[in-house]
Amino acid sequence: MSALRAEVEELLFHEAELLDAWKLREWLLLLTEDARYLVPPNDRPEADHRSTLFTIADDRARIEARVNRLLDRNCHAEYPPSRTRRLIANVRVAEDGGTVLASANFIVHRFRRHEGVRQYVGQYRYRLRRERGSLRIAERRAILDAEELGSLGSVSFIL
Amino acid sequence: MVERRFVIEAEAQRRFSVRREALVSAAILEREQRAIFERCWIYLGHGSEIKAPGDFRTRRIAGRPILFCRGTDGIVRAFFNSCRHRGAMVCAAREGNARGFMCVYHGWNYGNDGTLNGVPGEEAYGPDFDKRQFGLVAVPRLEQYRDFYFLNLDRDAPSLEPYLAGAKEYIDLVVDQSPSGRMEIVAGTQEYDIKANWKLLAENSVDDYHLPVTHSTWLDYMKSAGVDTRPKQEAGVLLPTKGIGKDLGNGHLAIDNPNFRGRPVARWISIYGEEAKTDIAAIRAELVERLGEARAARVADTNRNLVIFPNLVINDGSSVTVRTFFPDGPERMQVRAWALGPIEETEAQRARRLDAFLTFYGPGGFATPDDIAVLELMQQGLAAWREVPWTELARGLHRGGNHLNTDEEHLRVFWRRWSELVEGPL
Repeated sequence: MSALRAEVEELLFHEAELLDAWKLREWLLLLTEDARYLVPPNDRPEADHRSTLFTIADDRARIEARVNRLLDRNCHAEYPPSRTRRLIANVRVAEDGGTVLASANFIVHRFRRHEGVRQYVGQYRYRLRRERGSLRIAERRAILDAEELGSLGSVSFIL
Repeated sequence: MVERRFVIEAEAQRRFSVRREALVSAAILEREQRAIFERCWIYLGHGSEIKAPGDFRTRRIAGRPILFCRGTDGIVRAFFNSCRHRGAMVCAAREGNARGFMCVYHGWNYGNDGTLNGVPGEEAYGPDFDKRQFGLVAVPRLEQYRDFYFLNLDRDAPSLEPYLAGAKEYIDLVVDQSPSGRMEIVAGTQEYDIKANWKLLAENSVDDYHLPVTHSTWLDYMKSAGVDTRPKQEAGVLLPTKGIGKDLGNGHLAIDNPNFRGRPVARWISIYGEEAKTDIAAIRAELVERLGEARAARVADTNRNLVIFPNLVINDGSSVTVRTFFPDGPERMQVRAWALGPIEETEAQRARRLDAFLTFYGPGGFATPDDIAVLELMQQGLAAWREVPWTELARGLHRGGNHLNTDEEHLRVFWRRWSELVEGPL
């Protein structure tokens, strides 16, 4: 395994652990100051959020607002918080100038009381930048494989 | 014996009650399918979704597979997506452009005007077989108002325009945002289920009473971004501005509110960023020049949530949302939502519109997921319908004249129409 891939995997596994534990403020520390978090619509997985209606298209300020909202008990969609467990595989890396491009397959299992398990399956695509010695997330795009959200319902947690 | 009705209005007692069984019962849903979805005008799609000759979209509308397409001749049509031979859908793709459609079972093939063009081994049907009798079946009625296409399964239904009644004015206010009077559906569809009776979303889409409670985190977000969200100091007013709830006829309804939350068409708020100020001023100047000061203010400075009975919602607020939903059993619905914008928008204006959309709306927005959560909590609570049989919708019932947006008069408009269609007139 290349040293770069090992480093990226470590970052992705660490991120998954923080998100599943709802340590969202710690998760913010993994992001660059100009980070983006994107979930494209199911019928346009490769589209640009400036011309296509996305499910989520957050800039850094919106990501922070999202975290504030998610940690507020008046966020009814996520109170009590969903229990999630994410599995990450097929991590691939490439370098493009100063940016590391990484992709990984994911399954996020989401559990809520009185509800069956919901499985969000897809691919993460990351743009990573080295800042102060470590890789940070400049963009994370979670592309869902499902044809529509359908029974997955909302994407109210950090996917 | 006294008839057992589901909607009971007792003005003297200031009660308006709905039997909760109407929100859980499969038998009621069956009655709704016949009395509402097979009788009313049902939104199918927008003309901009099939811009070019040959463009098509496939949809499930009122449980029917529908092929919505623009023929090579430029004419917009809607067919049942079902082969005349043995019934398979002749088009499985979500969308595309095609000269025709072929059934992949035996190869019967149809032009994009519905004509049956070819039948493999046609001679086996004998000399009297007439292909003209076996084109795709068109929906009984298809009509449009300002490029919003509706179908009706009842051949004898009155036309769309009188059906829309007072809702037309509200569609006009949306379309007036475009200098050329042409709006378009933006690419990207939000499709998600809610485990709740479909009528709860019709109510929720125009229920302003819930906003300060259900959406407190959204209000907090707006406030932290510099938007003034303080409630107006006036008795009974719970929101930063005082709006009204309106009966538009035929079960259609709207809330009509002075805007506080920003409008990509011509009302700047801090969330858009300083750099957007001059651009939004220019959009406004165009509106004023074209429509005059008063009409421009009506378009830009009010937000309006519109329900076109039974299941089309157009929210002209922090963006324009077009949303439709169908029951999938009595306790689940399938929702489809799009963004709508003027065709003339620049790239920056379109990006701002979409960004504003997502501050509130959609399955990843800062508000819609909480609506979904509340509707699902309602459905779970309604399981006690035998023991807790009534829903109370009397808010503002004593008030004469204009009803507040936070009253429930406009919700009663929906239910009165529902009752008239499903239960018959009193």
